[in-house]
Amino acid sequence: MNITLKVWRQKGPNQVGAMETHKMTEVSGDMSFLEMMDVLNGNLIREGKEPFAFDHDCREGICGSCSMFINGEAHGPGRNVTTCQLHMRSFKDGETIHVEPWRSAAFPVIKDLSVDRSSFDRIIQAGGYVSVNTSGETIDANAIPIPKHDADQAFDAATCIGCGACVATCKNSSAMLFVSAKVSQLSLLPQGKPESKQRVIRMVDQMDLEGFGNCTNTGACEVECPKGISITNIARMNRAFLSSNLTSK
Amino acid sequence: MALTGLFLCLFLVGHLLGNLQLFVGGEEGRVAFNNYAQFMTTNPLVKVLSYLTYAGVLFHIVDGFVLTIQNRKARPVKYVVEKGNLNSSWASRNMAVLGTILLVFLVSHMQSFWYVMHFGEIEIIDGVKDLHSVTMDFFNPAINNLAAVMTGLYVFAMLSMSFHLNHGFQSAFQTMGVNHPKYTPVINFVGKAFSILIPAGFASLPIYLFIIQS
Repeated sequence: MNITLKVWRQKGPNQVGAMETHKMTEVSGDMSFLEMMDVLNGNLIREGKEPFAFDHDCREGICGSCSMFINGEAHGPGRNVTTCQLHMRSFKDGETIHVEPWRSAAFPVIKDLSVDRSSFDRIIQAGGYVSVNTSGETIDANAIPIPKHDADQAFDAATCIGCGACVATCKNSSAMLFVSAKVSQLSLLPQGKPESKQRVIRMVDQMDLEGFGNCTNTGACEVECPKGISITNIARMNRAFLSSNLTSK
Repeated sequence: MALTGLFLCLFLVGHLLGNLQLFVGGEEGRVAFNNYAQFMTTNPLVKVLSYLTYAGVLFHIVDGFVLTIQNRKARPVKYVVEKGNLNSSWASRNMAVLGTILLVFLVSHMQSFWYVMHFGEIEIIDGVKDLHSVTMDFFNPAINNLAAVMTGLYVFAMLSMSFHLNHGFQSAFQTMGVNHPKYTPVINFVGKAFSILIPAGFASLPIYLFIIQS
């Protein structure tokens, strides 16, 4: 198949970027979107031009690195897929495909399609952990009885790969789905309970500091999330944030 | 937004129930409506409620503006292609636009009735201000040249309110952390019904008053 690509080109942070057009011929429908981008970059290198910078790592949908905003959607068309799991057969022959980076003040562009998502790391550092003694006498996790339903909910939240599609998709660049998943995966389990109050307050405060927007409950994030994280996590976090603020000393 | 929004939903119910008296015709309807208007502007308890409502409206507006500005700042460079329609409802993405339409309507509406009732020149019959005639005349094409336009604008404003409530009602519960497999479907159903019935009830009044007088 033949396609026309319009890809975001930006030399570096704080530089003005623009869309750049490239024609691609003989694209196989069985290629992943990233493999197609590899071919494009190969062509560019052979022509002596600068290839496009983009993030990728595992290429099996679990690392959360690939981050392209394709044809107006995070990770392109298709549900519950990352860009590496998106195949070219999802597009029509002759189609024009727009490829842009995640756009958010909290995710500044490093170069082209590559953005700095370390704001997510700082939110995790603010409270996304459980303080347990890991030196020697560690208690077996299975020694603590946990209701199956709670374990399932915690696991569902823990499937978040921190890709940032929720932020990229949200019209307000809100990180509520990510933060609520990270709060929930710990707070639902007995090991996470002792720190649950301070955790939610610290992580939400850090989220606000990073310059993410506010949640207006459009629900776009849960639709575009490659892992299908539910916005019930956001309600859970709102509940926890409210009660923690009311009862904290 | 959530707390003030839900509070204002309560106000809408009260306001609509009172206004439905306009469907009662003749002298009986006029007296009933005017006595009701008198009660709503003089009763001390209602006064407290009305000040709470003013505060609620103001807070809802200011909060809305502040959040909208913050949200715009959060994405300084816009997408070239963005397809929000594939993942969210139109109303949920346009709450600020819908809210601004409602603000313009509110100013115009308060100028037409609230201002006249409180500070304007209004006829007094049997010691009671005749707001009923003011209302009837406002939608009477023989008296108000703009009656047809006003009826149209009122219906348009109520349509905007319908979309605003359609997202706002259930969204308020989500913001306050109420999301539960048992209750959320009920809240969503009530929200949808509320967003259709309340604006439809309000919109029926100008349409009815315009038709019976033209």
